[in-house]
Amino acid sequence: MSYLKPLFKHPRLPKNKLGYTLKEYEGSLSTLCAGCGHDSISAAIVQACYEMSVEPHKVAKISGIGCSSKTPTYFLGNSHGFNSVHGRMPSVATGASMANKDLLYFGVSGDGDSASIGMGQFVHVIRRNLNMVYIVMNNGCYGLTKGQDSATADQGSKSKAGSINPFQAIDLASMAIELGASFVAQSFSGDKQQLVPLIKAAMQHKGFAFLNVISPCVTFNNNPGSTKSYDYVREHIEATSTLDFVPEMPEIKASYESGQSTSLALHDGSLVQLNKLATDWDPENRISAVNALQQARAKQEILTGLLYVNSEWKDLHGVLNTYHMPLNRLDESDLCPGEENLLSINASYR
Amino acid sequence: MKPTNTQNPEYYHKVVDCQYACPAHTPVPEYIRLIAAEKYTEAYMVNWESNVFPGILGRTCDRPCEPACRRVRVEEEPVAICRLKRVAADNKGDVKQYMPQGPFTPNGKKVCLIGGGPASLTVARDLAPLGYEIHLYDEQIAGGGMMRSQIPSFRLPEEVLNEEVNYILDMGIQTQFLTYVDSLKSILSKNYDAVFVGTGAPKGRDLPKLPGRKEGDKFIHIGIEWLAGVAFEHNKSIGKRVIVLGGGNTAMDCCRTSRRLGGKEVKVVVRSPFEDMKASPWEKEDALHEDIQIIDNHVPLSFEVLNGKLIGMKFQKVKALYDENGKRSLLPTGESDVLIEADEVLIAIGQENSFPWIERDLGLEFDQWNMPVVDKLTFQSTHPKVFFGGDAAFGPENVITAVAHGHQAAVSIHLFCEGKNLRERPSPYTNLVSQKMGIHEWSYDSGIAIDQRFVVPQAEKAITLKDRKKEVELGFDVQTAFKETQRCLNCDVQTVFTADRCIECDACMDVCPTSCITFTANAEEPELRQKLLVPAENHTQDLLVSEGLKTGRVMVKDEDVCLHCGLCAERCPTSAWDMQKFLYSVTKAYQMPEPLPQISK
Ligand SMILES: Cc1cc2nc3c(=O)[nH]c(=O)nc-3n(C[C@H](O)[C@H](O)[C@H](O)COP(=O)(O)OP(=O)(O)OC[C@H]3O[C@@H](n4cnc5c(N)ncnc54)[C@H](O)[C@@H]3O)c2cc1C
Ligand SMILES: Cc1ncc(C[n+]2csc(CCOP(=O)(O)OP(=O)(O)O)c2C)c(N)n1
Ligand code: SF4
Ligand code: SF4
Ligand code: SF4
Ligand SMILES: [Mg+2]
Repeated sequence: MSYLKPLFKHPRLPKNKLGYTLKEYEGSLSTLCAGCGHDSISAAIVQACYEMSVEPHKVAKISGIGCSSKTPTYFLGNSHGFNSVHGRMPSVATGASMANKDLLYFGVSGDGDSASIGMGQFVHVIRRNLNMVYIVMNNGCYGLTKGQDSATADQGSKSKAGSINPFQAIDLASMAIELGASFVAQSFSGDKQQLVPLIKAAMQHKGFAFLNVISPCVTFNNNPGSTKSYDYVREHIEATSTLDFVPEMPEIKASYESGQSTSLALHDGSLVQLNKLATDWDPENRISAVNALQQARAKQEILTGLLYVNSEWKDLHGVLNTYHMPLNRLDESDLCPGEENLLSINASYR
Repeated sequence: MKPTNTQNPEYYHKVVDCQYACPAHTPVPEYIRLIAAEKYTEAYMVNWESNVFPGILGRTCDRPCEPACRRVRVEEEPVAICRLKRVAADNKGDVKQYMPQGPFTPNGKKVCLIGGGPASLTVARDLAPLGYEIHLYDEQIAGGGMMRSQIPSFRLPEEVLNEEVNYILDMGIQTQFLTYVDSLKSILSKNYDAVFVGTGAPKGRDLPKLPGRKEGDKFIHIGIEWLAGVAFEHNKSIGKRVIVLGGGNTAMDCCRTSRRLGGKEVKVVVRSPFEDMKASPWEKEDALHEDIQIIDNHVPLSFEVLNGKLIGMKFQKVKALYDENGKRSLLPTGESDVLIEADEVLIAIGQENSFPWIERDLGLEFDQWNMPVVDKLTFQSTHPKVFFGGDAAFGPENVITAVAHGHQAAVSIHLFCEGKNLRERPSPYTNLVSQKMGIHEWSYDSGIAIDQRFVVPQAEKAITLKDRKKEVELGFDVQTAFKETQRCLNCDVQTVFTADRCIECDACMDVCPTSCITFTANAEEPELRQKLLVPAENHTQDLLVSEGLKTGRVMVKDEDVCLHCGLCAERCPTSAWDMQKFLYSVTKAYQMPEPLPQISK
């Protein structure tokens, strides 16, 4: 078994604006099971960060517990990271963001980590519209503890051992929209063409960007009868749109058939170009997005793509109207009001 | 593109860059692993089976394998393939026990070999075990051809040469040394079943028209004749100031030998720029190291003779100009001519074939350049019984090419003697074996050392220049050799893909350190090459294209910079990738029963 990645790279590997190749965004060699969907999502994050030319030292990866939560070791090896306790990634991310709002936050979680033990935290981080990318690597099971059904396992889905899941599934995407998440997307680990632009858009979105990514657990949940297997997902996937992420205002407009194409502007002026495949659905309308999700569910389809986006809502820093500088950069001279001021402040309370 | 046909042995053969580039197709990575496992005897035999002269070639080979080495494409320097071969030879145990053991049951056929160089000796080795009675004629005192007469002892010690020549002669070859064959007709009249001509390219080029050539004749020598004279101890000294004309390997051997016979100011003067010289870079380095001056861009004008004594040579200074096609012309710079003083001159400007002893009325055709017409595949001349190989076939090359020719000529001679069609050649011996030992375990060392190439130590100049027989290179010690073996990328351990097992999880594509693998919609080759993660711009390397996958895409692997690290196979959940060792052994007249010793762990 190899523990180290060879240091060699393709001699003609392209470089991004910062002069970095994809390699500079990789992490150490994965120890997840061979073929785990989570590794593909890691690779998509690497690709997205490379393409967006993000500076690795301006990123923080925060995760909980689970195979999914282990992945930050396997991407962005030159970035900050915090592997927290089970289900508690949101509060660590919130704290980190409050201290330093200048970093790009990747929260990485699993369906167990978010939909069971961490549900309370998940709900509140959405409610606060924390400026972060929140990725759930959703495999319908607790991979790390050997594949028990999770809360996102579909009712009727068959486990590897043959038992049928009797409970209804929590639909994280619908729930996120319902709770007021400002960016909600759904995708599949096996579809990088869709996943990479979604991650890029999520990185640009100011506010809570939620990505529910179906990610087969090859070891415990890739059996016939499972609704989170590679085969099942490929057969039931239904993309809302094909999409392109356009970092800056585009000069050439991609030509889509009229009526099918929408451009969604994000805060910083970047655009998401959608070529809609699903009709009766408006990604800027919560009701329509939830409707589309419910309809797909009734048809046993997995609706993917950018489902909902709202660029108007303020993120947590906006709501709290925090200081323009990150708190961790304020030193004594910024923080200490001076004896005179202190006396007058104190006096005002007397 | 159509799915790649990996059933064709040539596909995987081509992936093993070094072996593919080697004229004799020596299974390089196989012997390198054996050296790493300290199995020097086995490593030697893998070589011997294929290239017949491992000890000699481990010191003198032209190494076409090294520029081809994959390592050059992912790093800077190739694996020291050639010098590792020598390590096997230096440290081997009893190898004779693994060689075909005579006496062999006669098959009643008689074959004559003219010339005793590497080409003829290879034919002898391949035919003797099949029971052929072999008669070898050579005008020299012993076998080895130019390996004996030309390659100086400080590069190739006589013991090494004798040992490897004798392995063959000891197989019951009937030798007639000191016998110059002056008529092919008389040989043919002896009723041989076949005749092999391995007489080399024995004629050194001269500069007959250059003024002063005749007058200075006593002080002017043809390089290869002079080297032979040194080897056979007719020439024991040379003047203090020596000019060597020419920029090839012969010139390098001449100048370095001169330094050992009393030459103090030895100058190599060459028409071309230094970079364009034909000599291998390492030969030039060695010459410079021995205080030999290399003067480039000088065209010889005349030999200057005063009172019957050579005093030097005049040269015109030129510069090289290249046109769009890279074709070079040498233009005079206009500077005044230069006189370089010298006591003796060695002319080392090339060799030619010459066949004065072959009668032109035997039905053996010669072409407009006075070269025999020889079939490139079968090595048969237009006289069905007469075969050519080595330098005699298509002009001067090198030892390993002579060996490669010898193997093919032996196959032809055997087919011919059995009355079979020479064009229906037996297939090479191939084998493809999985290296899987456990879920993530391989029976080869898949990790890759990032080490730079190790340097072979040399003996002190003060010692080597005093004794022309003192070998300059000392060879790797076994510890360094081990480290150098770890630089090998095991290109013979193939990435074998089985499309119907792939679930398209992308794991292999994501993990590949050199971005070799892409899953994409199929297209014609030029477009497909552009569509890969990193466009496949090295067109000398093939694409491995799978059958259609479930999603309708194909897996495309660019063989160009694959490290054979096995990570794709380690990360594949379904064993759609497997690492399988490919062995390719060139067709030979006599295939050794256990073709090659295997590593046992
Ligand atoms: C100075 C020099 C250095 C070289 N260094 C290297 C090197 O480092 N590495 C390398 O790979 N190659 C080297 N070569 C080239 C290499 O020696 C030859 O390519 C190789 O030996 C050719 O082998 P062969 O079997 O075709 O013939 P040869 O080795 O040339 O042998 C032919 C033999 O036939 C004999 N012969 C010829 N005519 C007759 C006849 N009519 N009757 C009887 N006998 C005859 C000759 O005496 C000779 O012994 C060098 C060549 C020269 C000149
Ligand atoms: C507080 C606490 N409770 C329980 C566990 C045991 N545990 C470890 S991982 C895990 C489930 C992880 O599931 P998920 O988030 O879906 O990750 P996956 O492994 O499937 O990617 C559980 C219950 C724990 N580590 N800590
Ligand atoms: S157990 Fe499942 S989720 Fe965990 S690494 Fe293995 S395949 Fe991935
Ligand atoms: S062996 Fe596989 S992973 Fe390694 S370089 Fe080759 S294709 Fe890539
Ligand atoms: S790792 Fe194996 S199963 Fe996965 S895409 Fe590659 S070959 Fe197919
Ligand atoms: Mg899970």
